[in-house]
Amino acid sequence: MGKGVKGMARETLLTLAILSALLGTVIVAQITGEGFVITLATKVAIFALAGVGLNLALGYGGLVSFGHAAFFGIGGYVTGILASHAGAGTAVTTLPFALMGSNEMLGIWPMAMLAAGAAALLIGALSLRTSGVYFIMVTLAFAQMLFYFAISWPRYGGEDGLSFYVRNSFPGLNTLVPVQYFAICMALLVLALILSAALVRSRFGLALQAARQNEQRAAAVGIRPYALRLVAFVISGMITGLAGSLYADLNRFVSPAMMSWHMSGEIMVFVILGGVGRLAGPVAGAAVFILLEHLLGGVSEYWKALLGLLLLAIVLFAPGGLIGLVLRRDRHV
Amino acid sequence: MKLKSGLMGTIAALVMGLGAAQAEGVKVGMITTLSGGGAGLGVDTRDGFLLALKQAGEAGSKVDLVIEDDQQKPDVAVQIADKMIQSDKVDVLTGIVWSNLAMAVVPSATAQGKFYLSTNAAPSQLAGAGCNARYFAVSYQNDNMHEAAGAYAKGAGIGKVFIMAPNYPAGQDSLAGFKRFYDGEIASEVYTQLGQTDYAAEIAQIRASGAEAVFFFLPGGMGIAFMKQYAASGVGIPLIGPAFSLSQDILPAVGDSALGIKNTSSWSPDLDNAANKTFVDGFQAEYGRLPSLYAAQGYDTANLLLSAVAKADVTDAEAFRAALAAADFASVRGKFRFGPNQHPVQDIYVREVVKVNGVLTNAIVGTAMTDRADAYADQCKM
Amino acid sequence: MVLFIEQALNGLQYGMMLFLMAAGLTLVFGVMGLINLAHGSLYMVGAFACAWVAAATGSFFLGLVASLVAAAVAGALVEVVVIRRLYHRDHLDQVLATFALILVFSEGTRWLFGSFPLYLTLPPVLSGAVMLPGGLQYPLFRLAIIGIGAVVALGLFFLINRTRLGIRIRAGEADREMIAALGVNIERLYTIVFALGAALAGLAGALVGTIQSVQVGMGEPVLILAFVVIIIGGIGSIKGALIGALLVGMTDVLGKALLPGLFARVMVGSDAATVGSALASMLIYILMALVLLVRPQGLYGQRG
Repeated sequence: MGKGVKGMARETLLTLAILSALLGTVIVAQITGEGFVITLATKVAIFALAGVGLNLALGYGGLVSFGHAAFFGIGGYVTGILASHAGAGTAVTTLPFALMGSNEMLGIWPMAMLAAGAAALLIGALSLRTSGVYFIMVTLAFAQMLFYFAISWPRYGGEDGLSFYVRNSFPGLNTLVPVQYFAICMALLVLALILSAALVRSRFGLALQAARQNEQRAAAVGIRPYALRLVAFVISGMITGLAGSLYADLNRFVSPAMMSWHMSGEIMVFVILGGVGRLAGPVAGAAVFILLEHLLGGVSEYWKALLGLLLLAIVLFAPGGLIGLVLRRDRHV
Repeated sequence: MKLKSGLMGTIAALVMGLGAAQAEGVKVGMITTLSGGGAGLGVDTRDGFLLALKQAGEAGSKVDLVIEDDQQKPDVAVQIADKMIQSDKVDVLTGIVWSNLAMAVVPSATAQGKFYLSTNAAPSQLAGAGCNARYFAVSYQNDNMHEAAGAYAKGAGIGKVFIMAPNYPAGQDSLAGFKRFYDGEIASEVYTQLGQTDYAAEIAQIRASGAEAVFFFLPGGMGIAFMKQYAASGVGIPLIGPAFSLSQDILPAVGDSALGIKNTSSWSPDLDNAANKTFVDGFQAEYGRLPSLYAAQGYDTANLLLSAVAKADVTDAEAFRAALAAADFASVRGKFRFGPNQHPVQDIYVREVVKVNGVLTNAIVGTAMTDRADAYADQCKM
Repeated sequence: MVLFIEQALNGLQYGMMLFLMAAGLTLVFGVMGLINLAHGSLYMVGAFACAWVAAATGSFFLGLVASLVAAAVAGALVEVVVIRRLYHRDHLDQVLATFALILVFSEGTRWLFGSFPLYLTLPPVLSGAVMLPGGLQYPLFRLAIIGIGAVVALGLFFLINRTRLGIRIRAGEADREMIAALGVNIERLYTIVFALGAALAGLAGALVGTIQSVQVGMGEPVLILAFVVIIIGGIGSIKGALIGALLVGMTDVLGKALLPGLFARVMVGSDAATVGSALASMLIYILMALVLLVRPQGLYGQRG
């Protein structure tokens, strides 16, 4: 493929450097007692995870999903719903089988990923019948549909969202301590990055990228793009759903805003700001986004205008994103 | 540099944690709505609060205030609260206008040992079983004004009412409160979307309902949009509202079609007491406009806080709580005290929209309820 | 029955407003192949221009003219400065750049006008209600919106089918290289089409802003609905946009008005009304999914 061994090694190095920087920030913050910095770093890790999910579909599969907030929100709501039932000691449902609430992260994560994956399967199966600009708008519209459902379904708070006051638990850790919760999120992010790197280099990943680059040629060698893309879309949705679950626990609160199209746009921004199809792209993108939000947000209320200009500059003049700028190499197309 | 000040901060916090009294004063975080359709409410809350601090002079400077805009979004409010507690290290939170935001922020803030003084939202969940020693509603309990409107409608002999509110905790409290004291026929009970801007469908339902009056709870931009569209629709059924639907932030945008509408409130600009006169005159001098109910409640909250700071140190939570509960300040509402669940016991008046010197405002025409506490106080175990 | 007719009129008015939004969006996509998320910002620009000029001059009609002009100018400016560089990029870049434009427009407007919503007052000629045959009173201004929508629809059909500009637009949709080879100034054509779409969005913003309120972010919910409209109608088709807009407007208003009651009648239990209203708020998206299942290119779409 376009990148040489040297380029690959440099990108891996850069990925490690970015992750170390995030980790280093937290260590310094822990020593100095800046609890809020740790919360911000946790947010970076979670948003990056959501971006890693999207990057799989968008960067490697070429599927411009403008509706990933749906999976983020579903992950969040599964977490909120299970936690609130566990708090009240009631069953979520008794049909077709009894499902009790839970406040164990290890039990919640698979459920969140399963639900997000199921939604991705349905949405993907329909949306992948279209392509190009239709795909963008259809994924957007499906996410909006779930958004409005969340707003108008009163059982779990509707418009108001759902609070669950106490963070879910993880064996051996006190998740309410910021640095311990950060460790959980960071570990999951690293796992997802490793999985994503392995997936991209696997036969599946190579076929997926081949289908993105030239559909006809891929079809000629026996690759069926629809099935490939659907699988990629589902895995992508599951990872973003896991991020949603973590985000719900970070805030101990979920609301329809997690599914809004702004969220979809922001997840996309993490990926593109960092660099589409770059392993560490979402991490760099999320870090810069949160940094800008926090630094500029304090200086002026109008920081989003500056973010907009930065984004414009990236799209127009540096399509490889920040990682591309550092590595001085455009995304191989 | 940041690192160093952080280190110093940690050391200072450690020292204080060991019991040394903090330099007298209190750090307050105000989370309120300063943008979007609900901005008018938050701006008035803030301005009322700031006016009280300013009028207090030296004492007011002991209050170290940080203000952030929640954009009327619960998720934003939650994150601001986290930041204020973890980064700004505030002792007291206040300012939230909307009940859904309060429900997302207050329980977790009080669980982390912070005081919360409500300038407005006071959902039923926090007044009954969910009451908390560190939570004070300085404003009212959500149902109060609506209960008073129900009592007024009953007293006025209105036989059939169409009732409408947005679908969020305060909206549900609102209609429940109205029905608690109204025993006539309910033509229809409609929940709209929070933040809705087009009421054509609801107005069609009102037209077809055959009701004698419409009770509507639509604060902020929602109320403005509804009343403008209602006036254009030609439906002539008279309106009744709680103060929120006809408060000073709404009237100028609605215009003369609001004239004569009755509404219920715990406060009015023409309420005759010395504190209120100082407040209304001071507010007009400072900001060049008439204050709203939200400004009055922000002003009262700041004065309550100042009265407590003068008596006790915020690090001594028990003493500070007792000082707050005593409500030892001159309220713009005249007589004011807290009930056992730390919600107000106060009179609720009936007001009418009038025009004074070319400006639309409200004037008191009667009293709907005297010494009203709330329906949830006995469920509160504190 | 009177209630049903009034709700149907509400649906028609809503649909016409959506048409004004969707027409520009679908034209721009059809001719330039560009997906423009910032279309909602042009709607907002129109509304603010109307509110500002109406307040400054005291004339609502001048405000309406201002909304058309301001949105068209803003549109042309954006086209020349940013959009022009995006025609040959993939849709991802277009989505991102126009998403960035939304942020710039929204915060710019907030900086200029503040965070407070603005309110417009209707001139006496257009305010109040009129009596329709059958004894129904209906707000005059909402009737006017229906009328304006119909006039714009007719005007667009005339423009595209009967004028030189229309011939060029249709040629541009069919074959971009060809029309450039024929000596048409393609850059100018693109700017004109973009400005025309922007002006329609601005007009829609001013009309809706008058009924409701003028505030930052007002264009975003409408933008998404306009997307649904052009997906249903088929991207690039004005006729599709009109049919799609009316379908979406009617479905949404009638669904919200009728479904909760309907469910309460056939279902037992207190959940009936909430199931009904939850379903009603998703109805247009379900409609879209159904159309996509049957015709992935939309009702009047050309491309697959």
